[in-house]
Amino acid sequence: MLTPKDLESLIALIPILPLVGAIINGMWGHRLPQRLVTIVACGSVLASFVLSAIVVGHLAQSAEGTRYVSTLYTWMASGNLNVDISFVVDRLSAVMILVITGIGFLIHVYSTGYMSHEPAYARYFAYLNLFCFAMLCLVLGSSLPLLFLGWEGVGLCSYLLIGFWYTDIEKAQAGKKAFVVNRIGDFGVLIAMALLLRTTGSLDFETLRTAAAGGLITTTVATAAALLLFLGATGKSAQLPLYVWLPDAMAGPTPVSALIHAATMVTAGVYLVARTGFIYSLAPIAMLTVAVVGAATALFAATIGTAQYDIKKVLAYSTVSQLGFMFIAAGVGAYAIALFHVITHAFFKACLFLGSGSVIHGMSGEQDMRQMGGLARKMPITFATFFIATLAITGFPLLSGFASKDLILWNAFISSEGHYASTFHGVGFWLWLMGAIAAGFTAFYMWRLVFMTFFSGPIRASHEVAHHVHESPKSMTFPLIVLATLSVIGGALCWPAVLGGHEWLAESWLLPITGHLPTPEGHHEKLEWTLMACSTGIAFLGFAIAFALYARRIHPMLNRLVSEAPFRDLFVLVNNKWHIDELYDTLVVKPLGWVSRIVFYEGMDRRVIDGLVNLVGWFGRSIGFVGQLFQSGNVQRYLAIFALALALLLYGWLSPSAPQAEQPAAETPTSIQAR
Amino acid sequence: MSFQLLPAHFVMLGALLFGIGTAGAIIRRNALTLLMSIELMLNAANLVFIAYAKQYGDPAGHVIAFFVMAIAAAEAAVGLAIIIGVFRTRQTIEVDELDALRDET
Repeated sequence: MLTPKDLESLIALIPILPLVGAIINGMWGHRLPQRLVTIVACGSVLASFVLSAIVVGHLAQSAEGTRYVSTLYTWMASGNLNVDISFVVDRLSAVMILVITGIGFLIHVYSTGYMSHEPAYARYFAYLNLFCFAMLCLVLGSSLPLLFLGWEGVGLCSYLLIGFWYTDIEKAQAGKKAFVVNRIGDFGVLIAMALLLRTTGSLDFETLRTAAAGGLITTTVATAAALLLFLGATGKSAQLPLYVWLPDAMAGPTPVSALIHAATMVTAGVYLVARTGFIYSLAPIAMLTVAVVGAATALFAATIGTAQYDIKKVLAYSTVSQLGFMFIAAGVGAYAIALFHVITHAFFKACLFLGSGSVIHGMSGEQDMRQMGGLARKMPITFATFFIATLAITGFPLLSGFASKDLILWNAFISSEGHYASTFHGVGFWLWLMGAIAAGFTAFYMWRLVFMTFFSGPIRASHEVAHHVHESPKSMTFPLIVLATLSVIGGALCWPAVLGGHEWLAESWLLPITGHLPTPEGHHEKLEWTLMACSTGIAFLGFAIAFALYARRIHPMLNRLVSEAPFRDLFVLVNNKWHIDELYDTLVVKPLGWVSRIVFYEGMDRRVIDGLVNLVGWFGRSIGFVGQLFQSGNVQRYLAIFALALALLLYGWLSPSAPQAEQPAAETPTSIQAR
Repeated sequence: MSFQLLPAHFVMLGALLFGIGTAGAIIRRNALTLLMSIELMLNAANLVFIAYAKQYGDPAGHVIAFFVMAIAAAEAAVGLAIIIGVFRTRQTIEVDELDALRDET
């Protein structure tokens, strides 16, 4: 048993170790042997994971509300604002650091196989380690500014890794898009921080919580702050309307998509909402917004996923959709359930992404599912793990995704009767319905993906590619197996009470932080069973349609449907992602470009700012012109002016009539003469 | 009525010499003459210093005169060196032709 003091020094090491790894690989990695780079990169994250496990182990044996705080130094002290670099492990951040370092380590291991032929191997791992550092900073930060530091840090790493192959202009632009779209959200977080600082005089989470509990934050301020923070969350966690960057982010290497754009970074928004839940609880309108946006995103993104051919794009829209589910839970006040889905989603979506990476690796870089088919036999381990993860995400009974999705839908439905009944009056059912339909779409597109990739007849790619298909090396299959196992048993963390579980994560572990679930008292078992059956039935329907259309081969009926008028147009529309990118381009990007060019560049920059600068120059020149008259370059003229001026001065000084204000009256020239 | 030599006379002579020196420095174009005019001004000042030193019996005036002579010697050495340097590069020591610093526009 370690003392709290020991633990505090260990906590500081958790984020610092990956940072050290990033620095070593970033500065000297290109000169080190590949093996050493691997050891540094994986070792630092593994060490972080072990330390996290030790700390969380101690936390579990401590009293309920224990927080281990590790303050390194004062970051900034200005007026009454005092921000420390200080890391906190409480029960919420404990969950997050385990997920980040645990899954982070698995994905590092996977990357050593996936990126083994990459020339910029060290650069890749430097970025990946830097990401782990920033993400740990985000969840361990004890105050909003430190969280924001991590928030920006993960955004930077996301940008660097999406544009990892920066010589490809499309990939570089995808990185840029992610960065710029995220800026919009970050703007919201900054304003929210300013607002909270003005209201409470502090940005520390504990102080803010006390202030909120003490009634210092009015409903108006809480609503504004919560909505602004949620704007940041929609950026980082790819919700409507700022989700557009995430599908493009698939340009990065596949392990990056798994780590950053599925398991960890994109859940930062959910973490932020859960962390500042005490503000949301004061702002019913903000809660409703979060839940509705979540539900809309879940459904909207799921529809797009049904008509994509790129295997990673399907998973990307699936991620957007699943994040929507998390926000439904966070919106109705069931933060612990949102966190539960973060965890289970991290397991199965990381597994799916890594599985798709394994498929892409085997297919020599091919990502189009129309080129795949019949891979189940050639890549048995990839297939088995992918199959399990698909069962989990589609909510197959008893798997982890089933548990978390069911709890989300249940909490959404019952929100109109629970703790926040007045807010969600009449909304709960619709939230549930949207979620359930989204789950149906999820089942459809996931099984469509599985059938198109692993079944549906022989492979459709060219002969060379088909000949080359192989199972991936052990470094890649090992993380898949671990993640698939976790996808199966992960549900045990918070097994629904109606199925005989204790909802341990929500009802005991996170209880001191997130409070009780907002579900009403009393027994609703019958209703809960009915709803569970309904949503499972809808999911099964999705599976059945996918099976009918895609299982054996691409069904002829599908071809006929796709080529006929009303359905074809719809398909093209969905395949083009509802033309949202084009819409944004017309509504936002182009007008903004016009305003920037005409108003800010031509008008403001060229006329006003350049004009002011030129005016100053003109002023100087004008003075110079006058001064130039005296500057003849002729020494004797200078001397003449000098002599003349001296003579005038002497005359003024000595002449009796000159005013001598500084001298007292008794000492006037006349009296001197008299003397 | 005998003529008595008062300090005021020396001061007046000094002022006269200083005036001549200044006029020479302003009017004459030859750099050597210019230098000699400046010497004249310095010595005029010396004369006034000595005169007042005598009047007030204060040796500080004498000391300053010596300082001025030393500085004048140094100035003559440097000034002549500059004039020689200028003559070598420009083939002239007429100061009104030395206007390289003037803005030509």
